[in-house]
Amino acid sequence: MDGSGNNVLLNVNRLTVHFHTDRGLVRALDHADLRVSRGEVVGLIGESGSGKSTLARSVLRILPFSAEIAEGEISLSGEDLLAMKESDLNNRVRGRGITLIPQDPFTSLNPVYSIGTQMEDIVRWKGSAGIGEGPAGAKVIEILERVQIPSPRDQIGKYPHQLSGGQRQRILIAMALLPGPALVIADEPTTALDVTVEAQILQLMKSLVLGKGISVLFITHDLGVASQICHRIVVMYAGQDMEEAPVDVLFSNPRHPYTKELLESLPNAEGTIRDIPGEVPNLIQPPPGCRFHPRCSRANNLCALVLPEKKTVAEGHRVRCLYPLEA
Amino acid sequence: MTGLKLTWRKFSRDRLAFTGSLIILSLVFTAVLAGVLAPYPEDVYSIHPGERLQPPSSRHFFGTDNMGRDIFSRLLFGARITLIISIIAVGASMLIGVPLGLLAGYYENWFSEAIMRVADVFLSIPQIILAIFLAQSLGPSIHSVILALSVTYWPWFTRIVFAETRTLKKASFIEATEALGASRIRTMLLHVLPNVSSSIIVRSSIGMGFTILTAAALGFLGAGAQPPTPEWGVTIAESRQFLPDAWWYATFPGLAIFVVVMGFNMLGDGLRDILDPRIRRGFE
Amino acid sequence: MHKNNLTFILKRILYAVPAIAGLLILAFVISRIIPADPAALVAGEMATPQQVEELRRQHGFDRPLHVQLLLYFGQLLRGDLGKSLYTGRSVFSDLMDRFPATLELTLVSMFLSIAVGIPLGIVAALKRNSYLDHLLRGFTVAGLAIASFWLGLMLQLLFGMWIGIAPLGQRIGVDPPATVTGLYLLDAAMTLNGEAFLSALKHIALPALTLSFSSFATITRFTRSGVLDVIQEDFVLYERAMGLPPRLVIYKYLLRNALISTVTQIGLLFGLLLAGTVVIETVFDWPGLGLYAYNAIILSDYQAILGITLWAGVIYVTMNLLVDIALGLIDPRKTEL
Repeated sequence: MDGSGNNVLLNVNRLTVHFHTDRGLVRALDHADLRVSRGEVVGLIGESGSGKSTLARSVLRILPFSAEIAEGEISLSGEDLLAMKESDLNNRVRGRGITLIPQDPFTSLNPVYSIGTQMEDIVRWKGSAGIGEGPAGAKVIEILERVQIPSPRDQIGKYPHQLSGGQRQRILIAMALLPGPALVIADEPTTALDVTVEAQILQLMKSLVLGKGISVLFITHDLGVASQICHRIVVMYAGQDMEEAPVDVLFSNPRHPYTKELLESLPNAEGTIRDIPGEVPNLIQPPPGCRFHPRCSRANNLCALVLPEKKTVAEGHRVRCLYPLEA
Repeated sequence: MTGLKLTWRKFSRDRLAFTGSLIILSLVFTAVLAGVLAPYPEDVYSIHPGERLQPPSSRHFFGTDNMGRDIFSRLLFGARITLIISIIAVGASMLIGVPLGLLAGYYENWFSEAIMRVADVFLSIPQIILAIFLAQSLGPSIHSVILALSVTYWPWFTRIVFAETRTLKKASFIEATEALGASRIRTMLLHVLPNVSSSIIVRSSIGMGFTILTAAALGFLGAGAQPPTPEWGVTIAESRQFLPDAWWYATFPGLAIFVVVMGFNMLGDGLRDILDPRIRRGFE
Repeated sequence: MHKNNLTFILKRILYAVPAIAGLLILAFVISRIIPADPAALVAGEMATPQQVEELRRQHGFDRPLHVQLLLYFGQLLRGDLGKSLYTGRSVFSDLMDRFPATLELTLVSMFLSIAVGIPLGIVAALKRNSYLDHLLRGFTVAGLAIASFWLGLMLQLLFGMWIGIAPLGQRIGVDPPATVTGLYLLDAAMTLNGEAFLSALKHIALPALTLSFSSFATITRFTRSGVLDVIQEDFVLYERAMGLPPRLVIYKYLLRNALISTVTQIGLLFGLLLAGTVVIETVFDWPGLGLYAYNAIILSDYQAILGITLWAGVIYVTMNLLVDIALGLIDPRKTEL
């Protein structure tokens, strides 16, 4: 699994997304590339503002009204998602081919309906290929058991505000798996949880996804979390994708200057990405060429002129840099 | 840019607030200078039976009423009455309601419970009915209207100040000032009050509109200002028996009410947009 | 969940009791303590000094205040609200007589404002910043600035006098239908009295339209902002991301949340409508409590005014109680004890 070949499930190519705001045009994504193969867990790492969420929302085409996909291609199993009709997208892709585990489990569940009702609606409208035959109610119970919710029968009548953060996250994982998707987009699934619960959830996700042929696009700003579950990691900065490599390779042998600084800011490659020296670029007037060049010790004038193509420096390891670090 | 300058900039750019305040300034201008602007200032009291119920003309812009008095001039003086009633009523409600709200919000004991219960009681009757009741108990007049409106509007201020004070209390900086030994009253005045002031200002503007409508209704019903006072509501009441022929008699006072209340509502809405960024609805 | 709901309902009812008690005490204070001479007020302007004295002894106005308070509550419990100077009958029976007319007007107006206001609010929110949205916003802002009695007069002028298609007042132009509920429209429908139904409809049209005008503005505004608030909520984004059908998202998931803010407004609305009936009934000669209040003002019929105030208060508190209970049933977070 190296992100190449016929095994490719999701292919994002040169994706450029702009937001039209009162203050100007925000260039949130600039020619970003991403590939996810079948059964692969790809981590999307970056500071806030790096474009990770924008990329995810672009794939599902649930960008805000002010957004514009200026350039690029997105395809799922070869089908062009950007050209697809909205109704097709809604019926076949969203909540079927691709499901979402959202960032905040509390606010993402509708507060006035029981979780049982919400889950049954998923079964009814998005199918339950992930779980097999049976009446809707039984399927809900079964998937709740799979995500290790104790006494599921007692829980289905409950409302979101009556459950703990960990339970809510499990329910959202369950809802993401119910329709039997090919790809699950997990948007910072452990950020809102405390450390002990985080470990359990990660363990759960691993058991449910690995070896089952389900791909995951795992968005996070926590390198430690990413290292536990991802096969491959893609590093993003200011709307551009900088480097991608298998997990251990990225940690032991980063080739992009940004990745190196990122890793160095965390002593044990654990924990959340903290701010590195320099200013986060303004996305309305971003630096030309490689957006990291103002903060890069290796940059020269050429870096400001052109955004380099992604070059393969080793098997499954690609870097977007004119002067990558030595191996 | 200082906070004040920034607010002014926002203000002048916001069409709603700006138009609203233009209207209100015109109202104040008219009210103050009614004596000078009115073509027939003596018509507030003197009658000219020979000229009754004349349609609008170049001599009488809005026509004359059933006593031959120039309606336009009387409306201008009515502006003065309207302004006086509403400013005093809203001002008094503010003076009563805001301190009570601060106290109730800041303390968390039986006292604050009591204040809010009393506020609830006053809010349990629609304002106009309570105002009628009060006005009748005192004898209908402009003074009883002012008193009645002040006494029935204060709970709105109290409620909003109470809610905001409680929210603020949860913010740690209040604990910090208390820990530093600042007296409670000082904290309330110097720290809490400035933060709730924007809500108070917005509420006052909207309250002015509301009060003007209620005062006019009381005048219309005869529970407030009495004839021959040129109050707008009273004028409309007088006009009823002369409809449909003397349509101008009823139409213009109502338009005056409309324009003025619009002005205050626009100002209130505009101020709310400027002062309270939480309620931004422009984003996806 | 059921147990929670029941406890919640009982708690709210219990909560309403001190509110009503407070209301009654407030009325007592205003009617006995504030006026210079409560007896003279009750006796009316036409009374002679001896009649005033007689009344003073009869009603116990010469007794100490705490005794008066007890007598007052005793009277209220018996349903004794005094006698009206205008009709000569007990205020209580006057109120009972006139209540159906006001109830009918209020219900029809409320129905109009809700039936028009909620859908328009939803449309305005979903098509935010469109031409329609701006038009509606302008309309609602204007609606809140118009004096309802003036609007009523203008409509009466236009449709009643100039164009002549609407009656000028009263509830009905033919014999009223047989009494079942006291609501003419309902009674006429139930007794299959087509003539009465049409006449009642024609007569209620203008007053109800006028009365509903400003409350319609309020409902549209609040539904619009309620929907807008909800649209921006994370759960809507999630439901969209999971490809749930748009109709499901709007009518099941979004609406219930948005309704929370609308239902909250209905209580306030009822108060506005109730207050509005005083002037509207006066303009349209509608024989309800509002007109009763107006006549009481003209004649300084003090007992009647006191009666109406108490009555309005009780109705308003009850209405708010019902709204609170409804909210508790819609929003499960409310019933958390």
